[in-house]
Amino acid sequence: MDATVSTGTEDSVWGGGNKPLGASYGKMMMWFFIMSDALTFSGFLVAYGFSRFKFIELWPIADEVFTHVPFFHGNYPMYYVAFMTFVLIMSSVTMVLAVDAGHKMKQKSVILYMFLTIIGGAIFVGSQAWEWATFIKGDYGALETNSGRILQFVDAETGERAALADFAKTIPDERERHVESEGIWFYGEGSMPSYSLNEVVEGFKATPNILIRTEQLNEEGEKTLLDRKESLSKILEANQVVEGANLIHNEYGHRLFADFFFFITGFHGFHVFSGVVINVIIFFNVILGTYERRGHYEMVEKVGLYWHFVDLVWVFVFTFFYLV
Amino acid sequence: MAHNHKLEIFRGLVKFKSNTQKIWGVLIFLSIVTTVEVALGIIKPRFLTHSYFLGMKLLNWIFIILTLVKAYYIAWDFMHLRDEKTPLRRVIVWTPIFLVCYLIFILLFEADYIYNVYKDGFITWNF
Repeated sequence: MDATVSTGTEDSVWGGGNKPLGASYGKMMMWFFIMSDALTFSGFLVAYGFSRFKFIELWPIADEVFTHVPFFHGNYPMYYVAFMTFVLIMSSVTMVLAVDAGHKMKQKSVILYMFLTIIGGAIFVGSQAWEWATFIKGDYGALETNSGRILQFVDAETGERAALADFAKTIPDERERHVESEGIWFYGEGSMPSYSLNEVVEGFKATPNILIRTEQLNEEGEKTLLDRKESLSKILEANQVVEGANLIHNEYGHRLFADFFFFITGFHGFHVFSGVVINVIIFFNVILGTYERRGHYEMVEKVGLYWHFVDLVWVFVFTFFYLV
Repeated sequence: MAHNHKLEIFRGLVKFKSNTQKIWGVLIFLSIVTTVEVALGIIKPRFLTHSYFLGMKLLNWIFIILTLVKAYYIAWDFMHLRDEKTPLRRVIVWTPIFLVCYLIFILLFEADYIYNVYKDGFITWNF
């Protein structure tokens, strides 16, 4: 760089010529950043553990929440996240191969491996977006009680979850959605659920084979199923219909689960996204021959460290969100 | 930059001829561990979900230990910690481990305390 002032002391120990612990300045700074970022993620994950331990007996079961695979119908817990994990590990491998090729000054291989890494990262971010969309859209729908607890519905004969649409009545002409243009002081309102509370409750009373499932976990680690009589009295506590999940309501169970899901996987997804952006920049630098002229590919090694770190974090997010 | 890589994993049990070969070897190992995790997560063997160690299900202990194993190989072989100087490696690894252990200890104990306060009925929250 032309702008750098040369003092002629770069090679002396105090002039910056020294590499402490055998690591260059850039690599050392990347490790500093990674350590602080690791502590940030640990803070989030431990906060998740805190909330989970606080509500240990009613925390949602991840296997029942993330059950979808794109283009396939049916109940496939875990498979899609396993696929995402594999994609990320794979892109970590291509990254490490790029670093290795960089050490050997093979520009062509670095280009290929960087390209594959970027593709892997893009697949992962896309998968995460799909996972979010599915989670936000919701599955079966549920009721929320006055204290914010979730009541889900189960078909008594099959033991399968029942969707609101399976039994809710259609009671015509109840309430119109407010729009901003219709009031001076009114600010508009969010989307309304497909069924009103009254429609769900009436439909529930008219359909004898539907039971309520509460959030409470029993000794078997499964959600408690109420019998018909208990269900009929429990449904009186409901005060609204919940479909899907957002930061305030969550049809899958405790709302904190959704909050932490959005926050932690979102923060991780943002890391992956920025990792892809940085990888793209380095990718073009490699194509332009910047590092060939510089004489070494250490820059690839530095983004590689960041990329592996993102993979490392995912390994933990995967365990604590989907497995444990 | 560490050009001379240490090419053995599992404390010398498996040795590789080149760095590239080592990378693929580690990938195979990580894939096997992930597969085991996913399989256990889907099957959930009863003898693992119904036995406890230090208040946590045995299955969850297995998940956490396997995660740490995976983290070790990602950091050691993909992030080249194996090839770094020992003091640098120790600084990078032990600082977060110490802080995170402390954080886990205080927060989970506090959470358990709050759980008991709720449970013993001093606060009504499920009405």
